[in-house]
Amino acid sequence: MRPGAGQAGDTRKPFLRITDLTKMFGSFAALRDISLEIYEREFVCFLGPSGCGKTTLLRAIAGLDIQTSGRVEQAGNDISALPPSERDFGIVFQSYALFPNLTVKKNVAYGLVSRKTARATIEARVAELLALVGLPEQGDKYPAQLSGGQQQRVALARALATSPGLLLLDEPLSALDAKVRVHLRHEVKELQRKLGITTVMVTHDQEEALTMADRIVVMNQGVIEQVGTPLEIYRDPQTAFVADFIGTMNFVPGVVQGPGRVRVGQLDLNCEVDGLSQGAAVTVAVRPEDVLVPEGKSVSENAFDARVGDMEFLGSFFRADLEAEAMGGHGLRADLSINIVRRLNLNRGDMLPVALPGERIRVFPGQ
Amino acid sequence: MGLCKYSRLLGGVAIAAAAIGLLGGTAMAATELTVYTAVEAEDLKKYAERFNADHPDIKINWVRDSTGIVTAKLLAEKNNPQADVIWGLAATSLLLFKGEGMLEPYAPKGLDALDAKFRDKASPPSWVGMDAWVASICYNTVEAGKAKLPLPTSWKDLLNPVYKGHIIMPNPNSSGTGFLDVSSWLQIFGEDEGWKYMDGLHENISRYTHSGSKPCKLAASGETAIGISFAFRGAKSKAAGAPLEIVIPSEGIGWDMEATAIVKGSKKMDAAKTLVDWSITKKANEMYNEGYAVVAMPGVAKPVEHFPPSVAEKMIDNDFEWAASNRGRILAEWQKRYDSKSDAK
Amino acid sequence: MASQAQAVAAPALAVQPKLSRDDRIMRGFIVLVGVWMVIAVVLPLYFMLSKSLEDRAGDFVGLVNYAQYFSTPALFYSIGNSLTIAAISTVITISLAFIYAYALTRSCMAGKGAFRVVAMVPLLAPSLLPAISFVYLFGNQGIIKGLLGDNTIYGPIGIVMGEVFYTFPHALMILIVALATADGRLYEAAVSLRAGPVRTFFTVTLPGIKYGLISAVFVVFTLVITDFGIPKVIGGQYNVLATDIYKQVIGQQNFQMGAVVSVVLLIPAVLAFVADRIIQGKQTSALTSSSVAYAPKPRRSYDLAMTGYCALIGFLILGIIGMAAYASFVQFWPYNLNLVLKNYDFDVMDGGGWASFTNSLRLAAYTAVFGTAIIFTGAYMVEKARGFGAVRGAIQFLCILPMAVPGMVLGLAYIFFFNHPDNPLNFIYGTMAILVICTITHFYTVSHLTAITALKQMDREFESVSSSLKVPFYKTFTRVTVPVCLPAILDVSIYLFVNAMTTVSAVIFLYSTDTALASVAALNMDDAGDIAPAAAMCMMIFYAAATVRLLHVLVTRGLARRTQAWRAR
Repeated sequence: MRPGAGQAGDTRKPFLRITDLTKMFGSFAALRDISLEIYEREFVCFLGPSGCGKTTLLRAIAGLDIQTSGRVEQAGNDISALPPSERDFGIVFQSYALFPNLTVKKNVAYGLVSRKTARATIEARVAELLALVGLPEQGDKYPAQLSGGQQQRVALARALATSPGLLLLDEPLSALDAKVRVHLRHEVKELQRKLGITTVMVTHDQEEALTMADRIVVMNQGVIEQVGTPLEIYRDPQTAFVADFIGTMNFVPGVVQGPGRVRVGQLDLNCEVDGLSQGAAVTVAVRPEDVLVPEGKSVSENAFDARVGDMEFLGSFFRADLEAEAMGGHGLRADLSINIVRRLNLNRGDMLPVALPGERIRVFPGQ
Repeated sequence: MGLCKYSRLLGGVAIAAAAIGLLGGTAMAATELTVYTAVEAEDLKKYAERFNADHPDIKINWVRDSTGIVTAKLLAEKNNPQADVIWGLAATSLLLFKGEGMLEPYAPKGLDALDAKFRDKASPPSWVGMDAWVASICYNTVEAGKAKLPLPTSWKDLLNPVYKGHIIMPNPNSSGTGFLDVSSWLQIFGEDEGWKYMDGLHENISRYTHSGSKPCKLAASGETAIGISFAFRGAKSKAAGAPLEIVIPSEGIGWDMEATAIVKGSKKMDAAKTLVDWSITKKANEMYNEGYAVVAMPGVAKPVEHFPPSVAEKMIDNDFEWAASNRGRILAEWQKRYDSKSDAK
Repeated sequence: MASQAQAVAAPALAVQPKLSRDDRIMRGFIVLVGVWMVIAVVLPLYFMLSKSLEDRAGDFVGLVNYAQYFSTPALFYSIGNSLTIAAISTVITISLAFIYAYALTRSCMAGKGAFRVVAMVPLLAPSLLPAISFVYLFGNQGIIKGLLGDNTIYGPIGIVMGEVFYTFPHALMILIVALATADGRLYEAAVSLRAGPVRTFFTVTLPGIKYGLISAVFVVFTLVITDFGIPKVIGGQYNVLATDIYKQVIGQQNFQMGAVVSVVLLIPAVLAFVADRIIQGKQTSALTSSSVAYAPKPRRSYDLAMTGYCALIGFLILGIIGMAAYASFVQFWPYNLNLVLKNYDFDVMDGGGWASFTNSLRLAAYTAVFGTAIIFTGAYMVEKARGFGAVRGAIQFLCILPMAVPGMVLGLAYIFFFNHPDNPLNFIYGTMAILVICTITHFYTVSHLTAITALKQMDREFESVSSSLKVPFYKTFTRVTVPVCLPAILDVSIYLFVNAMTTVSAVIFLYSTDTALASVAALNMDDAGDIAPAAAMCMMIFYAAATVRLLHVLVTRGLARRTQAWRAR
């Protein structure tokens, strides 16, 4: 597995280093041999379907559910066995876990009071934090009197109040409605950038991960599938799981014909096969937006004709179901621009020439 | 503040728990005696006052309950006795304790003045008697009139089928009075005849109560026409205005005595002996006579109001030793014959 | 399998989590709760079991006592009697309570609030009270004796009537909850499919409340079979297991046989308990978040019929209490009906006098204060501690165990255990402390489950947030958990208070003269034939419980007003 490149390169010392981490629940392995490095000021998302172990990993980092084996180091210290109270992090949960009987101010000040800070200092810090999250006027309200988005921001302010070295966010936006969620994504990211706090966020929402993260850790069934920047994850999925989980992907079965050639149906496709031997059964993956309609008479790589089936209008483009005899009857979804549809006057049942650029085709072993 | 408050809370619990312990614990002062008794609640104050008039330095802490319960309690505490003195409990219970080795033999001053019936035969005696507590029939004149029930004059009269469902008596398994009735019938009529008598009586009994005074009180309140109980209770109810006639059956009546003893293992032996000495004085016997017609010291007793006058001569020559040693057998037999009455119906 | 390979390889690198101070304190407390349960339930029961295998001298004799028990008809007939009474009472109580609950939840009758309050009134009275009241109503001098014809109230009829009164609110509470959480959409579907009312009842209503109904059956059955007060007062010659224990121990000082009967009584109680637990376990997610609350529609004649029914039941409940209240003032029933206060002059009567009433108040107050503190704190630790899974599971089990132990059995077991001369705790025997411990333990389970339910409704991440903010758990406990759970805490304390006032079964073996209790005094006065004073004492208990209950309502209301800003949702 190729370590994904951080934005500022890999030369920095990791702030958080996880080595060979395993978490067993009875005989079930929730996490298996996880190793990962997270750098200072980085925003990392753990992404995966529910049950993939992403929250378990976050809770192990927090010390809330300590791993069965393996090491966790933060800022050079081994914190593997420490209880949460002896670690250095702030955390925001999906439920926010705001204390319902305390005002917003008291919630934010909760971690400050116990540290025997002077009252005036605390008040100033609370005001500063509330301003930071955009709720300067709401301090005397109770959580139940705030909207979901506001509660989320209070939880964030409370987590940040003690200036922790690490911010952990456990699905912080998933309880919000879609519009608020999109707005808050931006805000949280901005805040993180402004404060420069190393942040780990757990999410099952790929869009959230793609828009917010510096690096994404894609997890599945207790192991890391791929670590990389959003673009790397999207453009260059290393496994069929990642390819399927991120964005939309066409999968068709094929057989390796030789170096750079895979047979799908009656079609020989030019593409990278990366050391897979001849005769190996493979899965060929291509994104709908990479299914091209060749212009004019230019001869394209991997071209064939397909019949247009259902066309779904998605605003800026059509997503069309194509059926290509050449591909042995396998269906293919293609994103067609409004222009092309209009120019070719495409309708259901029409034949359409398409091409699959070789460098956009991913081939994964197995069918 | 958080931790302080928390530990204060825990501390509070501990202190309060200790306080509960102290409040409920036995008293510490050397002059305090724990005395177990079955004497009527309303009389206890009088008993303590009269005793304290002569011995102000000894304070009595009463533990009072009905005969069965005090007996059970003393047996339960056999290995860890809490009482110093037993003052006013059925002699049959004290015989039981004597058999268990729970009593401290002691010959109180003035023992010779007591009627020989009213003391343990052993020397020194393990217990000394106070007064006699005699069986009798409580007959509600109003209810009997309504149901046209004649006034019974003998135990045998109660076998008359006209009384069917109108008689209540105590269960001898739980009530000292009940046992006294049963053991006296066995002594009056002989074993075989006695059981035959009870078989017949059982046909007329509507129920057996746990307590010995309850049949008379139920008769007093008209719940039943006839209650087999004891004379002292009947006299009290009559004094309270109940339409009762107290019948002393002609065949003779069973009786038990209230008695006094020192509990073995008492750490206040001197005070305990002082109390037992006092309990057989003339003064004490006069006090017992205020409620009971027959007391331990001959010549003291004067007639008691509402008490049938013929009590003393009708008392049978009760063999307490026999009753105590056959108690288990008699009760088992009784239980076998009558306790499943409701199921047989 | 890879996971198995991991499981083998893991120990080499296994992480031994370091415990924080919070963890150590919490675990210490959990262990204390465990120690409490072992001392207050497990060891006493063990001593009782072993006592049942000993002879009077204390030597082991195996099953001899049991053989004797089962060869004595007077004793083992009681098993059948107890089961019969329990079965009949259960059928009647559940039927009556079901219609009442149905009226409260599925009709538009007026005065639902009042009917609900009236139905709960029996909870405030000791179980002796209905029995005493029935003596005045149906006894040989009873004012409506004729209604029974030639039958006597002293026996199964009286016991069943008393038990129905006593268990009615318990069944009603469960059935109201079951009926109130119906999914209205199912009824709309039934109507749209043209199902008649009978069909709807059997296809929608009954399946929907199945678990509640079964639970109510077990609760009532257990209450009846373990109840002592009612058969004691009005059972006449009809012996049941609970009165047999009393007879053996108090009447005959046969502790071994008392232990045997206790074990016999323990069996149906434990079976009912286990069955109820299994069914409760199945009762998950009967309602989904998309369910719509059922809203009854007004139907004139039906609503009137329901009002009539509830009014009748309410009248009977209040009538029974009222009869006892009236009788307690009568000078000499039935010959002198002047109203006087002499029956309240407890100091000249058996049972312990007015001191027993103050003792009961003390017991109830101590039980409420210490019981709530111990039970709620214990439930919090068990529910919220980090790790320690196996121990927490075991303690959780121990905490629901007391429910399976009938009061009589617990009380007798306490004699054997705490009065054992070698027990270092035997200094508490005969003190108020043992009564408090016994009463807290006797009513532990329901309180514990109430606390657990309230705690489960708290966000489970409060503790995580606190530890991330380095705030010790006890601060979050006092600043957040306790205030948020205050209604549940008050519920627990009132439950403990009222039960400590009214209970008679467990404490009957444990009180001393210094610690005589009102309920026991009432029982003893009745035992001695002083029925009117017994009624008077029952009424004193009732007034005390009702007063405290009323205070509770006022406090809860005030609390709701003060905290509505943050409770509003």
